[in-house]
Amino acid sequence: MEPLLKVRNLVKHYGKVKAVDDISFIVREGMCFGLLGPNGAGKTTTIEVMESIHKADSGEILYKGKKIDRKFKEQVGIQFQNTALQEFLTVRETLVLFSRLYTRHRPLDEIIKICSLDEIINRDNQKLSGGQRQRMLLGIAMISDPQILFLDEPTTGLDPQARRYFWKVIEDIKKENKTIILTTHYMDEAEYLCEEIVIMDRGKILESGEPKALLQKHFGGAVISLPEKDVNGGLDLDCTPVHKDGYLKIQCHDTDRTIQELIRKGIPLNGISVEKPNLDDLFIKLTGSSLDAVRNGTGGDDR
Amino acid sequence: MKRFFAIFMARNLEFIRDKATFIWTLLLPAFLIFGFAFAFSGTNNAVYKIGTVGEKPAGKAFLSYRHLQFISYPSGEEALNKLKHHQVDMVLDFDAGNYYINNDDTNGYIAEKLLASDLDLKLKRKTVTGTVIRYIDWFVPGVIGMNIMFSCLMGVGFVIVRYRKNGVLKRFKATPLRSIEFITAQLISRFLIVIFTSIVIYTGTNIFLHFEMSGSYTDLFLVTSLAILCHISLGLLFSTRFKSEEVAGGIINIVIWPMMFLSGIFFSLEGTPPAMQVASRLFPITHFIEAARKIMLDGAGLSGVTVSILVLTAATIIFLVASAVLFKWE
Repeated sequence: MEPLLKVRNLVKHYGKVKAVDDISFIVREGMCFGLLGPNGAGKTTTIEVMESIHKADSGEILYKGKKIDRKFKEQVGIQFQNTALQEFLTVRETLVLFSRLYTRHRPLDEIIKICSLDEIINRDNQKLSGGQRQRMLLGIAMISDPQILFLDEPTTGLDPQARRYFWKVIEDIKKENKTIILTTHYMDEAEYLCEEIVIMDRGKILESGEPKALLQKHFGGAVISLPEKDVNGGLDLDCTPVHKDGYLKIQCHDTDRTIQELIRKGIPLNGISVEKPNLDDLFIKLTGSSLDAVRNGTGGDDR
Repeated sequence: MKRFFAIFMARNLEFIRDKATFIWTLLLPAFLIFGFAFAFSGTNNAVYKIGTVGEKPAGKAFLSYRHLQFISYPSGEEALNKLKHHQVDMVLDFDAGNYYINNDDTNGYIAEKLLASDLDLKLKRKTVTGTVIRYIDWFVPGVIGMNIMFSCLMGVGFVIVRYRKNGVLKRFKATPLRSIEFITAQLISRFLIVIFTSIVIYTGTNIFLHFEMSGSYTDLFLVTSLAILCHISLGLLFSTRFKSEEVAGGIINIVIWPMMFLSGIFFSLEGTPPAMQVASRLFPITHFIEAARKIMLDGAGLSGVTVSILVLTAATIIFLVASAVLFKWE
């Protein structure tokens, strides 16, 4: 079956900086596809080239097997990472404005219901909380009843409760068989929402596939964490531990053997925790550093 | 058209609901008009202004009286025009052997008595009629021009740069909206806003100050409309590329301030250095103010302001085409 979107050998520079470095992947219809990575990974550039906001230096994007053209804009809804709207308009007026920019649009009542906008529909669009604003922007992205929904870090900056609420809204949209392309640097978000992911760093794809399959591929067993201060001397392990936030993270295939080694070394077991590996652990394994460290180290907007 | 109207209506709502900007747009020009009307309401009669045409004869006592100011004009027509509008009190045309006074001007009566006291100066008496032109009558076209200049350059140029900077344009770019639809909506919206504010300012202040209007309101409306389109197009040109409000604001100010002082808004350019007069011709606003004054004060028709209309039309076309070519969403 022809994929809905095919990205082939995409390259994009900003001056001398190579933001996207020869990446290729496909997005199948009806799935939630995640582009993951820290700030500066190239997620936003990739998604904005896919949205036709920027032109690629080389490579191509195919929509249903054909090069994208002006009509593509009628098929997609976009929620940008950073955006502003015309001032002094209510949420309703803003939605009406955008509905009139498309050939066809969804009834306003449906958008209000899907994005839970009923309480704020007559409020000035500049006077919304972070979560309300993101839901309104999602409503704008949904207004044309698009086949593909691009969401660029939609929950960045939201408190945990607002993030969870936003995820619920996305889940409801997924039930409509929309294709969602999501960028995020929250691994738990991707794990919760996405059927397929691509992990990017420095413009390149490090890994791609279904989250569960990727975790299975990279981690046979659990992740054992223990305080660094409890470890004196080297450990005889068949994997390389990673240091993170004062803890040593051991992600070996044979969990029993790892624990035996810790006991042999006389390491106190009361400080140890055994966790199921997640995408954050996968990112650590792929890049050698945690996503938080990369995020804090680079800072700034994603390219 | 649906997309054009969507952007057009949104921009209108944005302007009307931005109360501070809306009120300031109306109040600033009104304040200026009333302020200048008050400041220049007194008449200084200490000096009588006498227009002269042709070479002044030597040894005539009247021509050396104190408190008389003699202003030489190249043609009788120009001098009489000034007399009709009370801008001089009497005209001595030595070429024709006539002197002229305005029957409606009390200063002319005194000046005539002084002339009669010089028995050597024999000139035939002629009269003209015409109402007085106050400074405020002369100033009003300048204020309308200034309002057009600020509203169009700042209201279009600055606003679109702000849209670009904060991502509004990028959001629109992601929709099927075409740049020409966006630009046209901005142009028409701003046109209606400025024409509306110009009419309100003129009508509102006219109730109290009763401006001179010798020409046709239709002609004034047409010339004003053309000037608004021209300055909106210039504002669009400034907004095509800049992403920083500071840079755009600085560049717009570089253009606005010379236009303020070199286009004849506050004072006549007659008698200024030739270089300044040439520079003033480069600004579209000079051509509007000149045309508006001719219509309002001299009663000129459109044929009398053809040059100004042609300059404004050509400038509008050039600015619009350049804006359409250079415009970038981001």
